[in-house]
Amino acid sequence: MNMIVSSIGQGLLWAILGVALFLTFRILDFPDMTVEGTFPLGAAVAVISLTHNLSPAISITLAFLAGAVAGLITGLLYTKGKIPILLAGILVMTACLSINLRIMGSSNVSLLGQKTIFSSKFLAGLPRYFDSIFVGLVTIAIITALLIYFLQTDLGQAFIVTGDNPTMARSIGINTDKMTIVGLMISNGLIGLSGALIAQSNGYADINMGIGIIVIALASIIIGEVVFGELTLNQRLIAVTLGSIIYRFVILIVLNLGFSTNDLNLISAIILAICLMLPQFSKSLKLDHVIKKGLAKNE
Amino acid sequence: MSKTSAEILKLENVVTYVNRHTPNENMILRHLDLTIHRGDFITVLGTNGAGKSTLFNVIAGTLPLDEGRIQHLGHDLNKVSPERRANFIARVFQDPKLGTAPRMTVSENLLLASKRGQRRTLRPRELKQHQAAFRETLATMGDGLEDHLDTATENLSGGQRQALSFLMATQQRPDLLLLDEHTAALDPKTSEQLMKQTNETITKQQLTCLMITHHLDDALKYGNRLIVLNAGVITLDVSGAEKQALTKTKLLEFFGNIE
Repeated sequence: MNMIVSSIGQGLLWAILGVALFLTFRILDFPDMTVEGTFPLGAAVAVISLTHNLSPAISITLAFLAGAVAGLITGLLYTKGKIPILLAGILVMTACLSINLRIMGSSNVSLLGQKTIFSSKFLAGLPRYFDSIFVGLVTIAIITALLIYFLQTDLGQAFIVTGDNPTMARSIGINTDKMTIVGLMISNGLIGLSGALIAQSNGYADINMGIGIIVIALASIIIGEVVFGELTLNQRLIAVTLGSIIYRFVILIVLNLGFSTNDLNLISAIILAICLMLPQFSKSLKLDHVIKKGLAKNE
Repeated sequence: MSKTSAEILKLENVVTYVNRHTPNENMILRHLDLTIHRGDFITVLGTNGAGKSTLFNVIAGTLPLDEGRIQHLGHDLNKVSPERRANFIARVFQDPKLGTAPRMTVSENLLLASKRGQRRTLRPRELKQHQAAFRETLATMGDGLEDHLDTATENLSGGQRQALSFLMATQQRPDLLLLDEHTAALDPKTSEQLMKQTNETITKQQLTCLMITHHLDDALKYGNRLIVLNAGVITLDVSGAEKQALTKTKLLEFFGNIE
């Protein structure tokens, strides 16, 4: 039971990462590798702020801003520097490795004995693991609500059309470079924020904590899509959170099968690969057909 | 109205190259001059490679000039970005895929285009409030678009997408409308219907328009001015009665002489 509650909490906290990546991967329609650098960047900034006795709220805000700056740099390299987005992301991600070491001073900084968002009186009073459920739920609800509002505004629509058809967007007067940069800043800001929360949940920041997280984020997005099928944009945003929780359950099951946590990146990659290939399989194996037949009444 | 303000667009001595400063350097537009007056409906003819698309790209701003000057109502346009020019220059592409956002609905596309020239802010878009007006506008196109307000445009036919693109280009009454063979990808019947609708809208709203076409018949039938582009310069420019006197035979003769 504890493990299930913990998985839901982790799923909610990690969902922020999935939702953030959704903005670039699904809406702007390109893979942003900066993520693997901004996630530990957010963690590093938050942890060092906390060890310097800044409040959790300020630490998390700083983590967001640091992520947004990294996103800005990727955006500028891509739009003004004309560097392909994949490479631009990898450049900033690589640069972040050194920056993060500079910020942290060592490859691992513990939050032991520090005041974090989880040490507030209210959260400490909750049953075990429910603190991360509460923090995760509140944060992801606020972020999702803000994004849903944003995407329904004139600016948000201009942002969506930039990913959907940049030629058309420019032909109706939308500055697609600006929209791309704004998208990368918001996305990476949220990824920094996510890193800040995960570090506080784990109790430390580690220089290597970004490795493989793009796969985790993509898994949340893809699982949500595979499980829930055709949805509106708003529903798809919410599906990412549910996908993130499902992903945690899958990991839980796999770990219970006897795999070690060292295998997690391998397992994550396999899960994502399977989910990505699922539409292909279901076509060749006629899974849809079989399932529909199985659900139909016998006449 | 003063003389200059009637000149919607003026191109002077325009030169563009591809592969400039390389052994493969090729001059596309060769010192081209063109003045477009308010209310002009110009059909543009020319063989492949004559520079028609390049001319449109230069006007829309997606291709910078290598030499020359381009002016809008007397203001220099050379350094104005394509996005800024889109505030007063609208364009319909030949490829139905280019003109609309595939995963967005018909009304979302229309709403986005209706904000042409306005600041896009964090105000709610108010899609529902526009639906009735959109339905009315769509009904004028006569291909059933009004029943597809909430359909993603990727699920529309090519003809419907071009009709939608045309509406999106004209609904804000641009100073200049660029039609880049916008009916070429459609079947003859759909193409004719859209062409008829195009002519009606342009005439009724008195839009200024530049239309590339490969149909000599269309070029003769529509518009009040006809230009022929060849090897990067305008070799024929007729308007009014002179255009009306032009026949297909004479045009073919003219093209024959070029080659």
